[in-house]
Amino acid sequence: MIQLILKRLLTYIPVLLIVTIVTFLMIHAAPGGPFDAERVASPEIIEKLNEAYNLDKPLHIQIFNYLYSAIQGDFGPSFKYPGRSVSELIMSGLPTTIELAVYSILFAIFLGVLSGLIASLNPGKFLDVFPMSISLLGICIPSIILGPILVLIFGIWYEFLPVYGWGDNPGDKILPTITLGTAYAAIFARLTRGGMLEILGQDFIRTARAKGLSEIRIIFIHALRGGIIPVISFLGPAIAGLLAGSFVVETIFQINGIGRFYVQAAFNRDYTMILGTSILFTFMTLTFVLISDILASFLNPTLRDSGGLE
Amino acid sequence: MRFLVVFFVFLISCSGSADQKSKVDIYSEKGILLLGNGTEPSGIDPHLVTGVPEHKILLALLEGLVVFNPKNNGVLPGVAEDWSVSDDGLSYTFIFNPDAKWTNGDSVKPEHFAYSWERILSPDLGAQYADMLYVIKNAEKFHKGDIKDFNKVGISITKNMLMVELENPTPYFLNILTHYSTWPVHPDTVEKYGGMISRNNQWTRVNNFVGNGPFKLESWEINKALKVSRNELYWGNSSNKINGIEFIPIENELTQDRLFRSGGIHLANTVPTEKIKRYRDERPNEFNEHNYFGTYYYRINTNKYPLNNLNFRKALSLSIDRELIVKSILKGNQKISYSFTPPDNNGYNPKTKLDFNPVKAKQFLEKSGYDMNNPSLEILYNTSEGHQKIAQAIQEMWKKNLGLNVILTNVDWKVYLARETQGEFDISRAGWIGDYPDPFTFLDMMVTNRGNNKTGWSNSEFDKILKNASSQISTIERYNLYEKAEKILIDELPVIPLYTYTRTYLLSERVKNWQNNILDTNPYQFLSLE
Repeated sequence: MIQLILKRLLTYIPVLLIVTIVTFLMIHAAPGGPFDAERVASPEIIEKLNEAYNLDKPLHIQIFNYLYSAIQGDFGPSFKYPGRSVSELIMSGLPTTIELAVYSILFAIFLGVLSGLIASLNPGKFLDVFPMSISLLGICIPSIILGPILVLIFGIWYEFLPVYGWGDNPGDKILPTITLGTAYAAIFARLTRGGMLEILGQDFIRTARAKGLSEIRIIFIHALRGGIIPVISFLGPAIAGLLAGSFVVETIFQINGIGRFYVQAAFNRDYTMILGTSILFTFMTLTFVLISDILASFLNPTLRDSGGLE
Repeated sequence: MRFLVVFFVFLISCSGSADQKSKVDIYSEKGILLLGNGTEPSGIDPHLVTGVPEHKILLALLEGLVVFNPKNNGVLPGVAEDWSVSDDGLSYTFIFNPDAKWTNGDSVKPEHFAYSWERILSPDLGAQYADMLYVIKNAEKFHKGDIKDFNKVGISITKNMLMVELENPTPYFLNILTHYSTWPVHPDTVEKYGGMISRNNQWTRVNNFVGNGPFKLESWEINKALKVSRNELYWGNSSNKINGIEFIPIENELTQDRLFRSGGIHLANTVPTEKIKRYRDERPNEFNEHNYFGTYYYRINTNKYPLNNLNFRKALSLSIDRELIVKSILKGNQKISYSFTPPDNNGYNPKTKLDFNPVKAKQFLEKSGYDMNNPSLEILYNTSEGHQKIAQAIQEMWKKNLGLNVILTNVDWKVYLARETQGEFDISRAGWIGDYPDPFTFLDMMVTNRGNNKTGWSNSEFDKILKNASSQISTIERYNLYEKAEKILIDELPVIPLYTYTRTYLLSERVKNWQNNILDTNPYQFLSLE
């Protein structure tokens, strides 16, 4: 197992290298530069700015210099925020974004697994059709619509919950968590239902019932362990998706995470910031996928020695 | 269900303490202003930043020689308690207020301004607003590297006076000094944390920052809030009624609107277009709208056929129903533009006209000899629903009134800027907000080969008039010349002005002494909270 994990960790190197180089080439190929502004600067000023940020050097030298610094943990200065480094800007928002993602995933797991479980135990009945229809709605409604609706109802009409901030007012984490987690709760519900239905039809469940085990024991000890594997496998991409997709929720609720940097950097042509956030998100995606694979292989012995981690 | 309850209790417990009143109520009692401030500021170095959110913050932290007077767009004493102008209008002498202090207790001295102006004009700093100081003798030459010795720039100092020699009489020089690019930095602090020309200077960090404005920097959490508190050492502190300000970066106008309605901020600096009417009707005491010193216009690439033909440009302009755009699309009480420079209440009211006359438009189109089989023209605009609506309306007007096919192209902001600068467009949407309250800030843009001209248009008579206007001391004569230049511009139409911008925002009734002015600038020391 440890060997397999190490092998997976080694694949990080080429993946990160390729992502960095491709991102670097793409942002330099995109029209418009970091110093284009409505108030046009003179060519002399642009020249000085290019010099200050090493953009006057040939592209291959620039990328080599960047990689050399990045390996040492220096992701360079932000072009948009003079005097601030990319690492510093990322660190200013990363804890909040991770916290938001963790709460959202917990919310999604709880709600999704519970609804999926109920649905799988009542196939074809109201308790199956209703939660599954709601989950379809959850998948379909984007957070950009759900967020403002929740704000309108709970924040403005009933004045029950705060509509902005993170950790500044009591309850201000509830609406962002629900907004970000709902779509994933819906996906988890459908995955749990599918996984459980498959497991509940298998021989060992029938054997367990024949042996006279209680239904609760069968469901929670034997069936859920296997039925939840699709959810666990999806956890890695889900968390990565949550982190990358936090931009919308951070904007709606005025949360100071890094999602906003991720998107704004592209619009601002803040080259170093685009590279820094892309590398970070790639790293986090690889890591969360690895973690979910490890978890899945613990739950499913058939994955333990090969498939799950290769 | 129990888990769900526990989960929410957990989330609540992770948050701060409970408050019954709205945040605005509580902070008003504390004398703290909560301002929605657009995007996260790129910085607070007055010589490096270029945006409006940065300006709003610097207005609290730093002070120039004079302060903008929000009541009449003029100036009030700042670091300079008094000043005099020579008869020929070429020399200004500023007498420093002995009580003007930096937040570290040092006195603000004339040499600090000399250092600051040398800094922004140093070519190696790459300051994008350095040209604001080009009115000073030899400043442009120093900035462009033609002069290496800063002593040759028209600035001299004595113990408590700063003398400035100008290239031309510039009656709006004092107005220029209300722009943050002319404000001082504390030399020792700048030197300590990176040096005069370093763009990576750390002097603006919370623990390092030394300012001379009515407020001092308290904290700065990126994408959350920048907080300032009263500067007890400020010379005018005794009349300052505000104890602190929180600048909250909120880019999304709908988020800002919700925040305002839920009592989270005193000022929402924009109002979503679709809500303007409702606010105007239902919350008139909070809804503010007034003229802004800005023009929304279409920029014409006069280097390209058929836009190089004056008759064709006239046909385009005459077939635009500006009233329809303002009343049916914008709905924000904007005024139709009849000139490139917006009229202001200081007496500049150009008599130019921009009519809507489809019959005449058709005649000009025929006169231009335009072959309708030519490829369609393109309107370029940066992605925005507002720009799109206007472009669609104009597309329809040109189709209906002239039979022209026009295609619309929306691109992201940086692509739009790059295409405009490189001249890769036919017609592009544009907007300009004046930096100081003088028509020169608009007209100068259209001088031959100016970076912001971007139309390829050149008119020697226009250039000559503007140059001549620069040497006029009398405002009346200067304005007369500007009007002549304005007429040339509107006759030739390298730009097609559409409307004068209106500022619309929501302001809590608790904020008092707020002035509606064309630059939308309110120095905070003149405000109070109820």
